Amino acid sequence: MKSLSTTVANLPASGIRKFFDLVAEMDDVISLGVGEPDFVTPWRVREAAIHSLEQGRTTYTSNYGLLELRDAITQLISSRYGVQYNHRNEVLVTVGVSEGLDAAFRAILNPGDEVLVPEPCYVSYAPCVMFAGGIPVPVPTSAADGFKVRADRLSAYITPKTKAILLSYPTNPTGAVMGRQELQDVVDVACANDLYILTDEIYDRLSYDAPHVCVASLSGARERTILLNGFSKAYAMTGWRIGYVCAPAPIVEAMMKIHQYTMLCAPITSQIAALEAIRNGERDVADMVDDYDRRRRMFVAGLNRVGVPCELPGGAFYAFPNIEHTGLDASTFAERLLHQERVLVVPGDVFGPGGTGHVRCCYATAPKLLEEAIVRIGRFVETLG
Amino acid sequence: MSVNISDLEEHFLKSIESNARLTDDQLATMLGCDVSTVVETRGRLESLGVIAGYRTRIKWETVTSPPVESFIDLAVQPERGYGYDRIADRIKQFPEVVSVHLVTGSQDLRVVVRGQTMQDVASFVAERLATIDGVRGTATRFVLKCYKQEGDAFARPGNDERLAVTP
Repeated sequence: MKSLSTTVANLPASGIRKFFDLVAEMDDVISLGVGEPDFVTPWRVREAAIHSLEQGRTTYTSNYGLLELRDAITQLISSRYGVQYNHRNEVLVTVGVSEGLDAAFRAILNPGDEVLVPEPCYVSYAPCVMFAGGIPVPVPTSAADGFKVRADRLSAYITPKTKAILLSYPTNPTGAVMGRQELQDVVDVACANDLYILTDEIYDRLSYDAPHVCVASLSGARERTILLNGFSKAYAMTGWRIGYVCAPAPIVEAMMKIHQYTMLCAPITSQIAALEAIRNGERDVADMVDDYDRRRRMFVAGLNRVGVPCELPGGAFYAFPNIEHTGLDASTFAERLLHQERVLVVPGDVFGPGGTGHVRCCYATAPKLLEEAIVRIGRFVETLG
Repeated sequence: MSVNISDLEEHFLKSIESNARLTDDQLATMLGCDVSTVVETRGRLESLGVIAGYRTRIKWETVTSPPVESFIDLAVQPERGYGYDRIADRIKQFPEVVSVHLVTGSQDLRVVVRGQTMQDVASFVAERLATIDGVRGTATRFVLKCYKQEGDAFARPGNDERLAVTP
């Protein structure tokens, strides 16, 4: 048999897979390893989808997505961030941000083009660049900088082949957020070097201490920015696989070519649910965000109390404590914590070398379980003396 | 009359609405303030009557035979100068009465009554409610099953079906 794709063969296995297999054989595990809300999709959204099915709305939609939904998306972005997009040719409804990312990279990259990827970051970014024939160039960020990308250090990573920079604030796994000026400085570097900016803002609503800054709203950004967002986190709609991309028309048009041949369109039921979420889901979002915020403070205070130093993250629903003082590397820490105390956390280096010495803990879990997890983590750390 | 409350007070109320047993320490952590502020906030909201009380919701049916609940709609002759208020005041004193509302429609007062047996409730209606001066008629509807009460759905317990670890 001939060999499989070398691109795929060269891709390392996900560091998360091992923990998935381990935990499958255990009972009584408190999992802080999830990457999704613990809320169920608000009933009004589910009900709108059910109603649409009862009405027999089961067809394909326009490749771009339902016009009404695109209109609602542009109005949402306009009202929240003051950025204007034409819903007829500057919005593409995608199968989650994941598909949007894949299509965006394929639309802009030629073989050998480089993409700056600040890390630690979501695990899909580098593989998506590689699938599109590009070369991901990791840009390390550090705890000392709050895991923010430093504009003044970007030039060291820029070559004539650099085509784009990927931003994702608030960030999975660190919960880092960036301020307006910090992001503007990065945008200025992108402008000076004629780079595309891909910005994954899936956690935009989960920004607790300051209003979220939409990268496309910054001076000089809109014309070169591909804004990716979706419904998974804000509206607790992970399983619906529904997201969107906003970008200047030529970029959306290029992405649409890929989308129409690979996806045709996002599922109509999910599109209808997303429309309901935008129109009537605001109160649900606010309630969920308040709830995450309370858990964020409680969980991070708890970690610090039991001797696991952790900064209060500004966004998303992850805490990213430093565990270096235990003398263990992140992977060993996570494995031993799982075996000894049945608490699952994800080693930070899974998300890139910058995550070394840290673990990701998702606090989108019932407060009672979070309290119990803190007790167990504290007991575990004590045994390490 | 509505009371003006601060953002912190609103967050405080939302926090204890679903779990009244959060300690002052826990609340201080969750709200990002110190414990003395929590104590002050609680005191103010209690004194303003925004917090009307703390109760325990017990599912008695899990340990004993479930209580019988019934909606009793009363047609009432209003009194000059008092309307329905004096009769409602009188009815609400009975411990069997869970709630009393003045409602629109052909009946006037909707009274929710709870007792150990249907006989208890029937006797209470016949002997206590129907005999009050001014009560012109009663219509009793026994509750067969409660699906949702005070915002809480009586659902089958849901499992967390999320994968244990995801990126």
